[in-house]
Amino acid sequence: MFETIWFIIWGVAWAVYFMLDGFDLGLGTLFPFLARSEADKRVVINAMGPFWDGNEVWLVTAGGVTFAAFPRAYAVMFSSLYTPLMLLLFALILRGVAFEFRGKEDSPAWRRTWDLCLVAGSFLPALLLGVAFANIFAGLPIDRAGVFQGNLFTLLNPYGLAGGLTFVLVFGVHGLLWLAARSEGALQARAAAMARRLWLAEAVLAVVFLVMTWFSTPLWQNVLARPYLLPLPLLAVAGLLGARFFIGRGAWYRAWFASSALILGTVLFGVAGLFPNLLPSSLDPAASMTAFNSASSPLTLKIMLGVVLCFLPVVIGYQLWVFLKFRDTVTASSVQEGPAY
Amino acid sequence: MDVLTLSRLQFAVATYFHFLFVPLTLGLSVLVAIMETKYVRGGDPDYKRCAQFWGKLFLINFAIGIVTGLTLEFQFGTNWSRYSAYVGDIFGSLLAIEATVTFFLESTFIAVWFFGWNKLSPRAHRRVIWLVALGSNLSAFWILVANAWMQHPTGFVLRNGRAELSDFAAVVTQRFAILEFVHTVGGAYTLAGFFVLGISAWHLARGREAAFFRKSFRLAAVWTLVFAVFEIGQGHMNAEILHTAQPTKLAAMEAHWDTGRQVPINLLAWPDAARERNSVQALAVPGALSLMAGYAMDTEVKGLKDYPADQRPPVLPVFLSFRAMVGLAFLFLAVAIWAFRKRAAIEQQPRFLRLLPWMIPLPYLANTLGWTIAELGRQPWIVYGIMRTRDAVSPIQTVQVATSLVAFVLAYGLLGAADFYLLFKFARKGPEPLSLNAR
Repeated sequence: MFETIWFIIWGVAWAVYFMLDGFDLGLGTLFPFLARSEADKRVVINAMGPFWDGNEVWLVTAGGVTFAAFPRAYAVMFSSLYTPLMLLLFALILRGVAFEFRGKEDSPAWRRTWDLCLVAGSFLPALLLGVAFANIFAGLPIDRAGVFQGNLFTLLNPYGLAGGLTFVLVFGVHGLLWLAARSEGALQARAAAMARRLWLAEAVLAVVFLVMTWFSTPLWQNVLARPYLLPLPLLAVAGLLGARFFIGRGAWYRAWFASSALILGTVLFGVAGLFPNLLPSSLDPAASMTAFNSASSPLTLKIMLGVVLCFLPVVIGYQLWVFLKFRDTVTASSVQEGPAY
Repeated sequence: MDVLTLSRLQFAVATYFHFLFVPLTLGLSVLVAIMETKYVRGGDPDYKRCAQFWGKLFLINFAIGIVTGLTLEFQFGTNWSRYSAYVGDIFGSLLAIEATVTFFLESTFIAVWFFGWNKLSPRAHRRVIWLVALGSNLSAFWILVANAWMQHPTGFVLRNGRAELSDFAAVVTQRFAILEFVHTVGGAYTLAGFFVLGISAWHLARGREAAFFRKSFRLAAVWTLVFAVFEIGQGHMNAEILHTAQPTKLAAMEAHWDTGRQVPINLLAWPDAARERNSVQALAVPGALSLMAGYAMDTEVKGLKDYPADQRPPVLPVFLSFRAMVGLAFLFLAVAIWAFRKRAAIEQQPRFLRLLPWMIPLPYLANTLGWTIAELGRQPWIVYGIMRTRDAVSPIQTVQVATSLVAFVLAYGLLGAADFYLLFKFARKGPEPLSLNAR
């Protein structure tokens, strides 16, 4: 019972992380193609400015939930994915510092360096998390002792790479929609046009990925066996189509929410299809880490459930307040005048 | 080198580096909150400039502290997976509480504080910086509860091949955790105090923005004295708890080999672990260690020889770190008293003003030494008495850890250099003129 509840919390934490940090990662990746001048660059950066840090904490929470509720799964997952996680870590470190340091010095070389960190630090996490999750969906070569029998290149299989590219594109569109909703003028028009074009690529790749998922993983079979889970993939499809619909109408916030539905639907579909596995083994089903064989003690699960039920609503509440407080359009002049990166 | 050694080195690099930035975050967040409160209460615009100037330095420092904190959460799983699986039931939940209850708070509201000067009323804005201060300090609390559990595990049973939680309140409220938290925060606040004193003194010595830096200096002088006194008084309580909770650490800190009563403290010594004695020892204070440990001269204090050699921490570095840390603490006290007594006419102390900026690195050193004692003194255990460090490491390959260790050293080295460069630059530049932020 508690194991199942915690499995759901685990999936939701990842889904919320991808929905929120997804637009930062996407915008950071596309930043050099969007911004033509220093003023543009600052608008793009400040469109994420008040949010990226709070968004990133959802990753810490998702990791923390894994550690607290499923310590064995956390141990095997994080040690198996050692190299990609280290790359992810370095990328996120560079990205976070880039936000803070970039504007602190006027020299073009200084700013170019941090621009590069921002781009690499946004692109790599999107790619790596996609590769990691696709491989988790498909199963990792883990033996009964919990030892990973592979290396980084084991993960870079076609399905893993498709997952990585899908994440990059989905986050890219997600970020463009955010910028289109929050900026104005030529920059906004460029973001809108790029969103329109990239959406097509996103849709093609999403379909390819979902078809590959049928052949590479048991997710579809698992979800189809429990019809009450079908709304999750349907939510994803509706989000994808809805995003295009609202892009066509220039309703950018709605398009962003539709894109959020796509992300939430996709991640929750994947996680639901995994259940009860958190980390299936491709070598031996008995070596899989499940919500039941890797869970913490009932006492810990109960206490932590109390903590999460008390505090996550508060967190969601004040994060919503922040999004509403800083909803104004970001412009070159607002960046010039106000406190800004 | 093997995976164990490399992973220990990597943990040391990641943790030392992280903790170069954390103490200033803990202390300066509160100091900036106090400055902004003075501004909102009294309306003195200089205090608004104080909050903005020190707040800018705070943010430069905070950026690195936050991102390097990610490493700490990740590396328990990546490098110490056997540890994570064995104690995750307790340790993992404490980290998860830290993330959901406090890390969200500081990360979300620090952005509101920076971006919100014109969007929030002054009172609401002040409330935000207090939330940041609360978030960071409570973050430290949960992390230190987790560390204290490694130092002195309690509230658990060994069951199903791992440590399982049996009493949550015992874990969170144990004396060891409270003392560790208080000691760490005291050290952090002292560091922040010297940071503000040093930079203020640098400007005062040059007669720049004298009114502004006099205010900063006076506030920091009181603050630093309070915590320098506090840290010494409180630090002594740690000896007492180590006596019962971690006798091998206490014995290593004092290079104390033979169990006995009326044990002295040798102010000078050079421990020789191979021969299980001190090759030099001098200036003994009779009975002092017994007195510290149990408030009585005839308290029995266990010596290292009572424990098998493979259960003793490395004595020399722990002993030297402790001597150096305590020496620094008394230096801080002396300087803090001087700063406090002369604070009203500090500009008439040109030599002292020139000395103070050079004090800034010393509390950083003292904090680092403190962690060296805490972590190295716990060896060979990762969880004292329960699990050895060598049994905790992940089944990963040497080349993976070697590569990531090199990457950490390079990346952290560059980031640290960039960060200190910016801190220097903006500290020397001084506050912005009032007209620019009158809005």
